[in-house]
Amino acid sequence: MSSVSVTQPTGEAFSDIEVELVAEAAADPTKKRLGVFFWICVGWIALVVILAVFANLLPLPNPDIGNYSWPQNAGPSWGHLLGTDDLYRDILSRLIYGARVSLIVGFGGAFIGLILGGIPAMFSAYRRGRVDTILNTGSYVLLAFPALIALIAIVSFWGHALWKITLIIGVFGAPLIFRIVRASTLSYATRDFVLAAKALGASDSRILAREILPNIMPTVISFGLIAVATIIVLEGTLAFLGLSVSPPTPSWGNMLYEGSQLLTGAKGQTNPWLVIFPAGAMFLLLISLNVVGDKLRTYFDVTELKL
Amino acid sequence: MGRYIAKRLALLIVIIFFVSVAAFFLVHLLPGNPAVTILGPNSTSQNVAIVNRELGLNLPLWHQYFIWIGHVFQGNLGQSFTTHQTTTSIISESFPIDIELIVFSQLIAFALAFPMAMHASRRPNRLFDQASNSTTFAFLALPPFVIAPVLVLIFAVHWHVFPGPASYVPLTQNFWSNIHTMLLPSIVLALGSIVVYFRLLRNDLISTLQEDFITMARSKGLSDRRIMWRHALRPSSISLLASAGVTIGGLIAGTFVVELLLQMPGLGFQLINSVNQDDYTVVQGITLVVAVAIVLINFFFDFIFTIVDPRIARE
Repeated sequence: MSSVSVTQPTGEAFSDIEVELVAEAAADPTKKRLGVFFWICVGWIALVVILAVFANLLPLPNPDIGNYSWPQNAGPSWGHLLGTDDLYRDILSRLIYGARVSLIVGFGGAFIGLILGGIPAMFSAYRRGRVDTILNTGSYVLLAFPALIALIAIVSFWGHALWKITLIIGVFGAPLIFRIVRASTLSYATRDFVLAAKALGASDSRILAREILPNIMPTVISFGLIAVATIIVLEGTLAFLGLSVSPPTPSWGNMLYEGSQLLTGAKGQTNPWLVIFPAGAMFLLLISLNVVGDKLRTYFDVTELKL
Repeated sequence: MGRYIAKRLALLIVIIFFVSVAAFFLVHLLPGNPAVTILGPNSTSQNVAIVNRELGLNLPLWHQYFIWIGHVFQGNLGQSFTTHQTTTSIISESFPIDIELIVFSQLIAFALAFPMAMHASRRPNRLFDQASNSTTFAFLALPPFVIAPVLVLIFAVHWHVFPGPASYVPLTQNFWSNIHTMLLPSIVLALGSIVVYFRLLRNDLISTLQEDFITMARSKGLSDRRIMWRHALRPSSISLLASAGVTIGGLIAGTFVVELLLQMPGLGFQLINSVNQDDYTVVQGITLVVAVAIVLINFFFDFIFTIVDPRIARE
């Protein structure tokens, strides 16, 4: 990973703001470290991804069918490690299968956003002109539209299928990714090495793919991870409002909703575990994505290199 | 300055036009026939045709849009199919709840973020700064739908400090019990704003405190407190102010979650109920009103921003 930071062009004059940032400089500016916490977070994301992908191979009870020989709303025990919910279903199994929804929507939505927003952004920022002006204004207009409201309206009329939610969130995420990619492409488009490539007769696509893309990649990846976290929150909110994947398919958001419905005992039952476990899993996943994205951003950020 | 504001106003009108078109077409381009929804099991092809004619659903779409938007400008957002209440009255009953939630949450966020940032920026990277940095970072991973059920579990179910769901009391009925029911959801909503405000203010204060005029004030022998309040705070609050519009707009998702969880009859609660009952005029009306409100809030804070910092308009 360090080889990437070496290929980063440096030597830009430091502006006033950056000089001020020196005040915050860490103890040893020449050695940037990602730290243990970063790797713990990477580990948690990896664990969630692996469990979700290989859920079928794991010795887990069916997440949608209850175990009626066990009490409902049971606490953690050897029989059911995280207990059972009000329909006698295994909470651990539902958590692991539910992770699939968050991960598919999160990474799928971010990927769709990158394709729809990122690629036009690179061409737009590199070629400038009228198309750039139109796309730029268009992205402002689309960003002004509150995503959750639009999502609720679209999902309620179109349906709750997983692929539909992923697609809609990806489309609404595109203008934000457009802005990020456009800004970072702009900062490289006029560099000398781009000019040199142009002088050698390289085509626009080649310059974008070979000269600019490798340079903006770190920014895109770190913002991409934070975008994944944002999308997971959006899906979780939808699920909590009962507008994401339909039951009995588990997702962390609808598990939290089921748990919070039982909280007050209005249904004659209570099950705090059905709140604690999904909330904890979601918290750890979100904080891991944020930490990894944030650390990578400062790790790759040349302008924050301390004197 | 004038040209900049005119430009922003033009953009605002374009955005509101798109929002209204989107709110209209969301309902009309997607599958499902409103007439069938209204008539329910009694729908026959004859009475569907009659309802279509009464509602103007047989006209071309652009014509329907202009009829609809004409009604909107007269304050007529249609009528609920289920309760026969007008959408305008549903909105005017529930909107105050959202406004109250947002105002309370912002008061809590400011009350915590300002002192924290002022204290942290005095000694950057020292214990208090690092502790508050990592605490607020954790708040980023606590969106309302995660933290609200947990707080209800702890404070309403276990300790009975706050009332549980379905205990909302209108402000006009009993002031103190209203505040009591509003506190928990407002804290939930405040968490997200605290992160944004704390980080922006802390970073700006740290760079302002390096400026020459602060050194000048120090050398004149002014106390730290006076320097902070009189000299550093104002120039450092600009980006915080600029972010307030977007932050408040982002609270909408959270208000929906706490309203549904605590059964408070705000806009989000009404919207989700109407969605579940296929009550499309109400969905359309609330979508339009909330979207326009968010756009206007963003515009308003943008506008304040240019007044506080005229350099923006010159760019």
